[in-house]
Amino acid sequence: MGECCCNNTKIRLIYSCSGCADVGELADQVARKLTREGYGKMTCLASISAGISGTIASAKGADENVAIDGCSVACARKTLENIGVKPTETYILTDMYLEKGKTAISEEIIAVVSEQIKQGTVSEAQSKEEQDKNKNTECSCGSC
Amino acid sequence: MKIEILGMGCPKCKKLTQNAQQAVAELGIEAEIIKVEELDKITEYGVMMTPALVIDGEVKVAGKIPSKQEIMTWIKEKNN
Repeated sequence: MGECCCNNTKIRLIYSCSGCADVGELADQVARKLTREGYGKMTCLASISAGISGTIASAKGADENVAIDGCSVACARKTLENIGVKPTETYILTDMYLEKGKTAISEEIIAVVSEQIKQGTVSEAQSKEEQDKNKNTECSCGSC
Repeated sequence: MKIEILGMGCPKCKKLTQNAQQAVAELGIEAEIIKVEELDKITEYGVMMTPALVIDGEVKVAGKIPSKQEIMTWIKEKNN
């Protein structure tokens, strides 16, 4: 369990998509590292999907909810939105120059991503540049 | 009806207990109000912060103190 609200400390909960792809695994590892380092407290996204009332009430009662998704499918963010919670911070690892299916999980990359999240160095400009790059990606249908 | 107050016995937990007692008294219903202070039992509910209010096994709120009025609304919903 996290905190008693009497402590008057900001309660920041962290959710990772924990998907089966490498970037999902990385999101999970980053959330665990951030928890160990005291940035926030990781909690179970699956528990929200399962409708566990305690986890849902905790998300609604937290000061901040951080969603870390491996890819743009954004399961963590959408799961929170489905219960009416808008995450205060959202991160998509494929917007941070990591490629789904081609990302090795190492201590180094876990540390780099964790630090970027803690320092807030995942700039909007960086994300936008990545989004623009994606827009220019050719369609696979071959007819447009 | 079973109402549980999850918390380690802090002032906010006590305030929540008071609000729950007043809600039950005002509605004139029969309800058992139980304080749950054991960490193991609190974590079984999946709550990440306390105090938390549980009505018939469903966590209604965590990390906040609901008003008497809010608790009355939840009790009525459960009774309907």
